[in-house]
Amino acid sequence: MGKNSKINIWVLIAGLAVGIAALVLTALGNPKNMGFCIACFERDIAGSLGLHQAAVVQYVRPEIIGLVLGSFIISLATKEFKAKAGSSPAVRFILGMCVMIGALVFLGCPLRMVIRMGGGDLNAFVGLAGFVIGILIGIFFLKKGFSLKRNYNVTTTEGLALPISSVVLLVLVIAVPSIFIFSEMGPGSMHAPLLASLVIAMVVGALCQKSRLCMVGGMRDVVMFKDFNLLSGFGVIFVTILVGNAILGNFHGFSAYLQPIAHASQLWNLLGMVIVGWGSVLLGGCPLRQLILAGEGNGDSAVTVFGMIFGAAIAHNFKLAGSAASLAEDGTYNAGGIADTGKVAVVIIFAVLLFVSIMNIPKLAKKTK
Amino acid sequence: MVDARGLSCPVPVVMVQNAVKESNPKELEVLVDAKVCVENITRYASSQGYEVDVKEVDGGEFSMTLKKKA
Repeated sequence: MGKNSKINIWVLIAGLAVGIAALVLTALGNPKNMGFCIACFERDIAGSLGLHQAAVVQYVRPEIIGLVLGSFIISLATKEFKAKAGSSPAVRFILGMCVMIGALVFLGCPLRMVIRMGGGDLNAFVGLAGFVIGILIGIFFLKKGFSLKRNYNVTTTEGLALPISSVVLLVLVIAVPSIFIFSEMGPGSMHAPLLASLVIAMVVGALCQKSRLCMVGGMRDVVMFKDFNLLSGFGVIFVTILVGNAILGNFHGFSAYLQPIAHASQLWNLLGMVIVGWGSVLLGGCPLRQLILAGEGNGDSAVTVFGMIFGAAIAHNFKLAGSAASLAEDGTYNAGGIADTGKVAVVIIFAVLLFVSIMNIPKLAKKTK
Repeated sequence: MVDARGLSCPVPVVMVQNAVKESNPKELEVLVDAKVCVENITRYASSQGYEVDVKEVDGGEFSMTLKKKA
């Protein structure tokens, strides 16, 4: 494709790779409709480190490590690795936390939302509606002048923060796995072999770095600039998962009933993803993109990832996360949903997002001083 | 002249978009410091009928010249 063509071939390749990776990793043991979920996997890492005690979601997911390292290695090779930081790090930490809690209310990051859609989960389409609403709210503030201000060149150590943390985590989980907590049942106990997860994620991480694939960037660019480049990746992931599931015999039509690790409490599916869309636009990228940017040396994105892991711990320690729909032994259906604490958290997060959005518009911030 | 160095996605493109909408300039200089910004601004500028010339300057910074096609 030419330099100025609208759609970059790398975005299509990366979308295809993400879709295939999710299908393969699910076939190799990852939870259903969760072959590749950034929020879920960071939450599992938080649990494995003992930051939360939800016994069913504790595992050191090599996918997260692989994504960061894949991005790190290719950005070194293409000389794009650059240590940068200083663009409102504390606010980014808090936004990362908010996005993670929103994702866990819905039960998935934007990537898992697409994977769930391709698996026939109608609840995820409600999530998509929320995601779009959230992105539109974020765009409203971007158009008013919202910015988290400039980053600056910093020492290489800052840029290496997440890549080196990832290597240390990998070495420890291989050398002394006994220091970590591993789920014996539930989604945390389901996983593909470590090496397969790691290698596949490194390839995906490299392709995502090369293509700039971003779940939130796709819709944002269409609305703001009529640019369909990134959205094409989003579409390719959906189609790949849908076709792949059909070929593998895992597609059983579209339904909102008893979907894998999903609830049917639609208001909260919607609001959870409004938070994710809005927060991700303010951050400049979805949870996947934050990992990739951190691999390229962006310290602000590394802080965002740490905020997300902290948010996951908060979400489970204070029972803010959604609980999946279930069927009792006597056949009673429970649609799942979120506890009252989660509902309060959603309201508080909306207030936080509004405050951050308004206070980072230069004109409005001056008026309120 | 738009100085979008250090700003994260998509703020640099928004700044160029605002400059284009405000005065529809025949020529616009843009400074950025990430390849991804060069790519995004190039896509946007091309869609608005601009030719884009990119020069890499010191320390991974890029100077972009946007010229309206005749």
